[in-house]
Amino acid sequence: MQKKTIFWGVLAVVALAFPLVIRSPYYQHLVIISLMWVIIGSSWNLLAGYTGQVSFGHAIFFGVGAYTAGLFPIHLGLSAWWGMLTGGIVSMLVALFVGWVCFRLRGPYFALATLAGGEIVRLIATNWESLTEGMVGILIIQTFKSKLPYYYIVLVLAVACILVIERIMKSKWGYYFVSIREDQDAAESMGINTTLYKNISLLVSAFFTGMAGAFYMNYMAFIDPEVVFSLHFISIMAILVGIVGGVATIWGPAVGAFIMVGLQETFRSSFFGLAPKWISQAHALAFGLLVIFVIMYLPNGIVGDWATIKRLVFRTRRTAG
Amino acid sequence: MALLEIKNLTKSFRGLTAVNNVSFEVHEGEIVSLIGPNGAGKTTIFNCINQFFPISGGDIIFRGKSLKGMKTHKICRLGIGRTFQVVKPLKRMTVLDNVTASSFCRINSIQDARRKALEILEFCHLLDEKDKLARSLPIGGRKRLEIARALATDPKLLLLDETAAGLNPSELDEAIDLIRRIRETGISILVVEHIMKVVMTISDRIHAINFGQTIAEGAPEEVANNKAVIEAYLGEKHA
Repeated sequence: MQKKTIFWGVLAVVALAFPLVIRSPYYQHLVIISLMWVIIGSSWNLLAGYTGQVSFGHAIFFGVGAYTAGLFPIHLGLSAWWGMLTGGIVSMLVALFVGWVCFRLRGPYFALATLAGGEIVRLIATNWESLTEGMVGILIIQTFKSKLPYYYIVLVLAVACILVIERIMKSKWGYYFVSIREDQDAAESMGINTTLYKNISLLVSAFFTGMAGAFYMNYMAFIDPEVVFSLHFISIMAILVGIVGGVATIWGPAVGAFIMVGLQETFRSSFFGLAPKWISQAHALAFGLLVIFVIMYLPNGIVGDWATIKRLVFRTRRTAG
Repeated sequence: MALLEIKNLTKSFRGLTAVNNVSFEVHEGEIVSLIGPNGAGKTTIFNCINQFFPISGGDIIFRGKSLKGMKTHKICRLGIGRTFQVVKPLKRMTVLDNVTASSFCRINSIQDARRKALEILEFCHLLDEKDKLARSLPIGGRKRLEIARALATDPKLLLLDETAAGLNPSELDEAIDLIRRIRETGISILVVEHIMKVVMTISDRIHAINFGQTIAEGAPEEVANNKAVIEAYLGEKHA
């Protein structure tokens, strides 16, 4: 108990002091992006990991949130920060429609429907130029020059997201979500309105993912459909963050987010300039290998299989010593 | 008034009529058994009662209300709990969490739901297994978990689908004892069962069907000596 308190205390201090100690904008940027992925990964995990409805289309909610924020300055002349809350809410409205269509399907069919949904929304955003500016994208002026405000905003969002999900999972909703994941027919016969609760899970997930999207718009100051509705960089990345960190664990996606962003950056920068340039093209291959490794050896992810990892590390140490 | 009234129930899957014009009632406090050879349509009747399938004809009336077209989870809330012949434990949840999730049917707070789940686990003799994952339970435990989960929804009527199948003799006696104790709490029970020892000891009435149609109905001894029933189970020669 004591050890746990110390651990969380240290983590809180590190989180709060990080941008004050590490002044490099490059590293601050990486941590900001990681924290954004903590939100998206945790949201995906609520729907896919806990409720068992695997989404291949989380870019829908991320992109809708980002565009909601982006439309404030270009159409209404208001700050993109208005999009933070409205981005989450508009994402929820879109999620209502997505749920209405996709929850008629189960298992892999649901996943494929969300995959198609993501592509549809991307094409709409590309072609509806009067609303979205199409492929030109939306460019705004950043509110802050320093990265500090962005860091603390995304930190608060990430912590809030994790706490809300943790709270949900300890309530009636959480029990219902997991029951639905384990057996939908049994859940129905236990008096659970499976359609309703699947939608609740989707809405909460879409809300936080939409907020993350709106944050992205404000932080990066530029979006276009190829980036925020990307299957590869958003929808698949959300799944990787969840799987690598640990599906159906509270802290799994948080750990997964830092690992995936770190790995992505390592490849993008060709191992920080140490490796030949062509290696930056190999990041998809590396992600693939990582997922194969995790599924084979750590099927519950790094957090879910932490006990196994500790045992393995402990054993190697003993033989070494 | 009957608690559950099945009126001329018919269910066909395309050309195949699985249940044909079956009518019977379950009264308050009664244990009624539904028997019949494999494929007679017993489980289909269960699936019709809680509307896993839409029914093709007739009606099912529970406490004066027609269940036709109602959603499965609503029927549970009305007071019909069921177990599955092929058990459906929520495998990656603990036994306690399985029953707690079910308790939320009538309770909103987690403390109360958990307290109720513990009471029910004790009633079903599963308290020692409460922290085990449901998938680690042997078949006897899984069958009892099915019952516990159904009981946690506070049913007025419990549908037990072959709860005794696959149990060893001592587990069988325990199952009979459990079913009796459930009835003592005021819950009516409709049982689908193959094991005659269970059927004959617990039933107030037996309803026998074959090829989706009623062949006999009445007290256990009557039905057991009925010509049509013997014929259905053992063939014409023995009748």
